[in-house]
Amino acid sequence: MAKQIVKMTLNGQQIEQLVDSRTLLVHFLREQMSLTGAHIGCETSHCGACTVDIDGESVKACTHLAVQCDGSDVKTVEGLAEAGALHAVQEAFYEEHGLQCGFCTPGMLMRSYRFLQENPNPTEDEIRLGLSGNLCRCTGYQNIVKAVQSAAIKLQQKESATA
Amino acid sequence: MIPPSFEYHRPSTVDEAVGLLSSLGSEAKILAGGHSLLPMMKLRFAQPEHLVDINRIPELKGVRVVGDDIVIGAMTSENAVIADPVLNEKVPLLPEAAKLIADPQVRNRGTIGGDIAHGDPANDHPALALACDAVMTIAGPNGKRQVPASEFFLGTYWTALEESDILTEITVKAFPPGAGYSYKKLKRKTGDWATAACAVVIAMSGGAVSHIRITLTNLGPTALRAHEAESILMGQHVSDALIRQAAEQAMEICDPAEDLRGDAEYKTAMAGQMVQRAIHDALSKAS
Repeated sequence: MAKQIVKMTLNGQQIEQLVDSRTLLVHFLREQMSLTGAHIGCETSHCGACTVDIDGESVKACTHLAVQCDGSDVKTVEGLAEAGALHAVQEAFYEEHGLQCGFCTPGMLMRSYRFLQENPNPTEDEIRLGLSGNLCRCTGYQNIVKAVQSAAIKLQQKESATA
Repeated sequence: MIPPSFEYHRPSTVDEAVGLLSSLGSEAKILAGGHSLLPMMKLRFAQPEHLVDINRIPELKGVRVVGDDIVIGAMTSENAVIADPVLNEKVPLLPEAAKLIADPQVRNRGTIGGDIAHGDPANDHPALALACDAVMTIAGPNGKRQVPASEFFLGTYWTALEESDILTEITVKAFPPGAGYSYKKLKRKTGDWATAACAVVIAMSGGAVSHIRITLTNLGPTALRAHEAESILMGQHVSDALIRQAAEQAMEICDPAEDLRGDAEYKTAMAGQMVQRAIHDALSKAS
């Protein structure tokens, strides 16, 4: 039998699913869990459209097996907004027009979400390096960088308000 | 693209993993970071019947100091290499070079051991291992053994690893005091393999070179050590002319495969440039 029971926390919910060993995480999310936020772009781990968060790290879900997530905490773009309120990163992409066609946006958001925890006060160069695994075919990078800068400020303000 | 079907195994110790590999034989492959193997499986270049996932084996991860040795677990991720304080202090070439591998997400999954064990001459760690005089620790059905990097890389996708072996540790020594180091990698874009790359470690004594390693990535069937280029500089007071001479000597051993990155002539010429830049950069850091 190539099927396995996989238990994971997915966007805060405990789930248990029967998964074919060869199923890639991105297919599991989109087809089995109906979470179509993580996009399938290049399928070769270059474009970053499938980026999700696994146990506090950004991972490309096209090059990761769903069975490898057994026991893990997985977050997708669907889990970013809390209690109906957009996450600061989402707000910033909306306000700064950090998207054109929108295909790369879920990956950009998930990478930005994690990157700003790794580096809460980044320089522009650090943002460009931190997001270098995410491609925007519209080449809308200027506004994406602006959005990440804006999100950093929003998150810092939030942090100091709760401190 | 979906990989072909396989049975998935997730051992929690090295012994268990070696046992699985021994019993499953040639139809089993080790799954480390998966960023070389899974793409190959999607394209049906690899169709293993069994995958042995070694990601949940704690003893394979992390960096520790044992006497004079720095022991790097084979499943230490590239991002963990970049962040590791011991490596940054004692073998700073490895974190500096790891920043030039793939991209932030891939570096969370890709491991130093996977990069070495794959045997791909385009990977960066083989040349770095040669530059650091690394020793590979291998666990197999008959116990553990050690193989120096100079005897590990046998050909393209061909290493000293036997069918049921696992690369468990990479051991390096701290650089000599005041050593300079550099990894210069010409690539077309983020995430690309090297068109040509060169690692250099250099130490000076009384104004003369007292230790030097010059190694090359993606310029032959395996990573290469440019012994004769090193000899040109060893014991000498370095000049621009000598550096150019060493680079020309290093170009002599290049035998790159032609691909979309360029033909053999171009890649060899770029190898010469990378050697010169890496030597200059390493000298600027040496004291």
